Formats: sequence, C-alpha cells, structure tokens
Amino acid sequence: MTLPDSVLATPKLPLDQDGGPVFSEPWEARVFAMTVKTHETGMFSWNEWAETLGAELAKDGDGSGTSLGYYDHWLNAFETLLSRKGIAAAGQLQGLRDAWDQAARTTPHGEPIELKR
Amino acid sequence: MAHNHDHDHDHDHSELSEIELRVRALETLLTEKGYVDPPALDELIETYETKIGPKNGAQVVARAWSDPAYLERLRADATAAIAEFGFTGRQGEHMVVVENTANTHNMVVCTLCSCYPWTVLGLPPVWYKSAPYRSRAVRDPRGVLLEFGVSLPKDTEIRVWDSTAEIRYLVIPERPSGTGGWSEEQLAELVTRDCMIGTGLALQPSELEAAQ
Repeated sequence: MTLPDSVLATPKLPLDQDGGPVFSEPWEARVFAMTVKTHETGMFSWNEWAETLGAELAKDGDGSGTSLGYYDHWLNAFETLLSRKGIAAAGQLQGLRDAWDQAARTTPHGEPIELKR
Repeated sequence: MAHNHDHDHDHDHSELSEIELRVRALETLLTEKGYVDPPALDELIETYETKIGPKNGAQVVARAWSDPAYLERLRADATAAIAEFGFTGRQGEHMVVVENTANTHNMVVCTLCSCYPWTVLGLPPVWYKSAPYRSRAVRDPRGVLLEFGVSLPKDTEIRVWDSTAEIRYLVIPERPSGTGGWSEEQLAELVTRDCMIGTGLALQPSELEAAQ
C-alpha cells in the first residue's frame, strides 16, 4: 500500500532512506494509520491535519521533539482535531482510557487484553 | 502465581502505558463511530511493520555469531546477555535463545500479549496473532514454513516454541556461509525479523546485495 504524496509531505514526518515513514514504537504506527484512515473518510483534509499538527509541534520550540517525541505531538494533535470535529468529547476518551486500564488490570499476564463492555 | 519482589511490576496482571491507553481509547472510539476498521489499520501498518522498532535482536544475533564467549553467556542467561547492549525494559525480560543448527530449526508462536518482545524482535507480523496460524504452526510447521518460502531438508527437526509472558524466545539462525571476517555491524544486516522468530532464515550475502 502506498501513501499519497500529501501524507508523505506532512511537516517533519520521520522518513527512512526509502522515503517511507518509520516508527520507533508500535503505538506510533497505530496512531499514524488511524489518522490516515480517518482522513480517507473525508472528515478532514490532509491540509487541515498538517495545520493542526504544525500548531502542536510549534508548542515545542522548533518541533524537533526535544521534550516530547514527534508522535507524542501527533497524538495530542489528533485528539485536538477529533475534539474540534465534535467526534471525541474529552470525557468520552477519558472514559475509554479508564476502561482499557481496567481491562488490562483484570487480564492475567500473558493473555491478550480485550475491552469488555 | 508466586510473586517475585526483585521485579518492579506486578506479574499477576497486564499493564498498558499511559500512551498505549490513549491510543487504544482513540481506536475504540473511531471504530465504534465507523471511521476506522481495525483490519484496515492492520493492513496499512503491515506495509511498515518491518520498519518498526529497534530490532535490537539483530545485534545480539550478530555478536552471538562472532563471539563464542558471548554465545555462552546468551545460553546461560539471555536476558542478562541482551542487557549487555543496554537493551533493558520490560519487553526484554525473560528471554531465552534457541539455536538453529544444520539439523534443527526453531520457530516461535506467541499469544501476542502486551509483553511481546518487540524491542528485541521488531514488530510482530499482523498474521502472527491469528489463531489459525498458531494452531497450524504447531500441527504442520513444515507446511507453514514452506508458505514463507522456507524449504528445509526432510531430516531437519522443527521445534515450535510457544512464547508466553514468562518465557520469550529469540531464535539464533544459522550464520550464512561466505561471511567469514564480517564485522558484527555487517552481520546484523543479514538478521531479519522473520529469522529471529523462525519463519525465515538469515539473509545470504547475495540477497543483501540484491536488497540494497
């Protein structure tokens, strides 16, 4: 699967020598993929995403990620955008976060964690 | 389950980091509202999965090939030997190495719990978590390997290991021939994620040239 040029041109997106995105942890790829897929539904243009991410990166000096990693900013920006679109009320995400936390704590070590609701 | 107070976390239950909790919360929300479909996320991630994580295990394998004393330490206590590189952290605990030889091939299956050792092995392939793969790997390892393009001699014994929270395996593949005198850094280039979980072999020097 190839990504559109607009995605690859996202400000400061870490790329490898082959020009594809690189991730240092699994969750980074997950949040990247969710952003691309949600964009594909037409909820927001990639331009709008780039601006939201840029604003978030700008909070951290030059956005080089000295205090926070690039994808930490990405996650913050994605939450901000979803909340602006009325998709994710802050309390709703907090509730789901707590539900996952609870699910993890009640899952014996070594078993896949599932959200039971 | 017995408690081991040498560890700074509780072995009785799972744990997710703050950032993992936020990402899972988002995925649940977006899935329920119909904006994302988890299998489609998997498919997108699959494109990049071999590029995720440090794959520290490649350096471990390269040293094991180069330094017999290191290999001995790895056999005795893999967690400690891997930590010599400064690779520590929860996902690198409880490691055990299994070595491929001319007569033995090792392959690992896993429940993919939250403690999959991705810092050592790289991100697991998406299909790894499917129940059919797990059961087939146990029942017909030779057939599964063949599908991955790995054809082993009939008399090679195939051992399948079930990775758990308590024991996580790192396969030491056979060192490819024609690599005498290679540095550890060069050797590490031959070590793919797939060969560290036993669904592949280490690259041959000619394959490395082709990939570059």
